[in-house]
Amino acid sequence: MDTPFCDDVQIRVKDLRIAFGNKEVLHGITFDVPKHEIFAIIGPAQSGKSSLLRCLNRTLEFVADARATGLVEIDGEDVRKVRSVYELRRKVGMVAPLPVGLPLSIYDNVAFAPRSAGLHDRQELDTLVQHCLEQAALWDEVKDRLDSLGTKLSGGQQQRLTIARALSHQPSILCLDEFSIAIDPVTTMRIEDVLKELRKEMTIILVTNLVQQARRLAQRTMFLWNGEIVEQGPSEKIFSEHPTSQKTYDYVHGILGNEASLKRGTQASSPIARKTFRPGRFESAAGAAHSSHCDARFKPVVRGFPCAQASVNEYQAR
Amino acid sequence: MFTETPFGKYKRRSELLARCVLGGMVAAMIIPLFLIVGYLVKEAWPLLSLNFLFTNPTGGMRHGGIWSALLGTLYLVTLSLLIAAPIGVMAAVYLNEYARDSWLTRVINLAVVNLAGVPSIVHALFGLGAFVLFAGMGRSILAASLTLAIMTMPVIIASTKEALSAVPLSFREACWNVGASRWQTIRGIVLPNSISGILTGVILQVSRTAGETAPIMFTGAVFFKKIEAGNPLAYSIWDQCMALSMHLFTITTQVTDAPHALPFATAVVLLATVLVVNTISIALRMYLRSRKRW
Repeated sequence: MDTPFCDDVQIRVKDLRIAFGNKEVLHGITFDVPKHEIFAIIGPAQSGKSSLLRCLNRTLEFVADARATGLVEIDGEDVRKVRSVYELRRKVGMVAPLPVGLPLSIYDNVAFAPRSAGLHDRQELDTLVQHCLEQAALWDEVKDRLDSLGTKLSGGQQQRLTIARALSHQPSILCLDEFSIAIDPVTTMRIEDVLKELRKEMTIILVTNLVQQARRLAQRTMFLWNGEIVEQGPSEKIFSEHPTSQKTYDYVHGILGNEASLKRGTQASSPIARKTFRPGRFESAAGAAHSSHCDARFKPVVRGFPCAQASVNEYQAR
Repeated sequence: MFTETPFGKYKRRSELLARCVLGGMVAAMIIPLFLIVGYLVKEAWPLLSLNFLFTNPTGGMRHGGIWSALLGTLYLVTLSLLIAAPIGVMAAVYLNEYARDSWLTRVINLAVVNLAGVPSIVHALFGLGAFVLFAGMGRSILAASLTLAIMTMPVIIASTKEALSAVPLSFREACWNVGASRWQTIRGIVLPNSISGILTGVILQVSRTAGETAPIMFTGAVFFKKIEAGNPLAYSIWDQCMALSMHLFTITTQVTDAPHALPFATAVVLLATVLVVNTISIALRMYLRSRKRW
C-alpha cells in the first residue's frame, strides 16, 4: 500500500453528531483525512456512513429533521461558516449509491455543473465533458451519442455518468457512496484504477460495503458501527488477521453478530461487551487482550474472500 | 394436470363478478353522458350555425345569436387564468421546493386545501366585497376575473404541487450535490419534467371557470350587453359583460317565451367551448409527455 503523498489534513471531523428527529445516528465521531489519501469507511447499513458524507458538503440540510453538531473542516475552514455553500459543494464531488442520470442529454448531464457555475464557453465545455467522461471510463461507449438521453443508459453506464458529473466541477475531494453496487466487476476494476490515478489530484472518501475494495484501494480505513467508530487506522492493520478490535475482525470476515461471534462474546474477557454489545467498548483496555486473543485463534483463516459461513464452520470445528 | 380446485373455481367466478361490476360502473357513467350530449344536440340542432355564434342576441334574447355571451366567457376565462396560473404555479413551486416543513407551511397547505372546497357563491360574495366595492373596480370583467382567479388558484396550487412532487427527489439531490442552487435545479430539471402535469392542472380549470355562474353574477356579468358583433376586441376589462353560463340561466328562467332550441344551443356552445379547450389540453399533454425523459 502506498504511503500518503503528503500529510496536510484536508478534512477534519471532530465530535460529529447527527440526529434525525430524536434518533441520533452518529454519536460523536472524530477523524482526519490528509490530502491525496483514499480513505475508506466501512460498516453495516444504518451505521451513519451516508449521513456523514452529506455533512461534508452540507446537503444534510435538505433533510427536514436532520441536525448535525460538531465540527467539520475542509481545508481548514468550518463548512458551517463558508461564504458560498455552492463553492463548497463544487469542492466536494459526491457520487450516490444508485445511479442518477439526470433527464438531460449525456453531454448536458456532465455540463450541468460547470454551466451552473457560469461556464458557457462551448469549446471549454466540450473539452471538459470529454475529459470527465474519459476519467469515468465512459467516453468510448458514448462518444458517438452525446446527444442521447442520460436516462436511457444502462445502470452501470449511468453510474459512470454520475461519476463523470461529480468530476465535472473539478472537486478536490471525491466522495463515493458505494459506487460499485450497480456496476459489473470489470468496470468496477476500471474505475478503481481511475481512482488510483485520481488520488494524485484529489482526496477520495470511499464508503463501501465491499471490504475487499477498501483493502485494495484505501490507505486508511475506518470501521463505523451503530454510529460510533470501532476502529480506524491503516488498511493493512484493519484487514489483517489481528486488528485492534475483535469487532473489526468479525465484520471484515462477515461473522459480526452471528452465532460464532456471539459465542465468542461470551468467552470474551469483558462482561460489558457481552451484555450490551456496543462498539467502542472494545477499544479500551480490553483491546490489547483481544488482539492477542484472536492472534492465536484466527490465524488459519485465509486472506482473500472470506465467506461468512466458511468462517463460522471453521470456528465451530475448532 | 392443471385441474381446477374448488378455490380456483371461486377465484374465477369472483374475478368475473368483479369485472362485470366494475365495467358496469363505467357504463353507468358513460351512458348518461352520451344521453345528455345527444339530447342537447338534438334539441339545439335547428339553431346551430356559425351565424348563431357570431351575432348578438336580439328581441329581448328571443332571437339572434350569442356572440356577446361567448366573447364574455372567453374574456373571463382567459383573464382569470392569466391571473391565477402564474400566481398559483409560482406559489406551488415555493411551497413544494423552498418551504421547510414547519407548522406555518402545514397551516398554509391546509388553508389551500380548504380554500379549494369553499363554495363558489362564497367566493362571489368575497369578490363583491373586495374587488367591486373595496377596490373600487365596480362590476367589471376585471373584478369578475379576479374573483374567478381566487376561486381556481387553490386547485391550481394543489395540482401543480402534485406534478412537482412527481419529479424524483434523487434528481434534485444530484443537482444540489454539484453545487447548483435551488433555482437552477428548478429551472433546469424540475420544471421541464413537470410542465405537462402543471399545464394539465391549469387548463382543466378552464372548464370550471367557463361553467361557473355564481362568482360572476355579483361581480361583472349582466343580463344583456350590446357589443359590436364579430369583433373580438369589443369588450374592455372595465366593461360589464355577458357570459354563457349566466346567459343560459337567464334565458331559461327570465325569458319565458324564448324559442325552445335557444337554451339548448347555448348549452351546446358552452359544452363545445369546454370540449375544445380540453382537447387542446390533452393534445398538449401528450406532446409534452412524449418529451418527458425518464
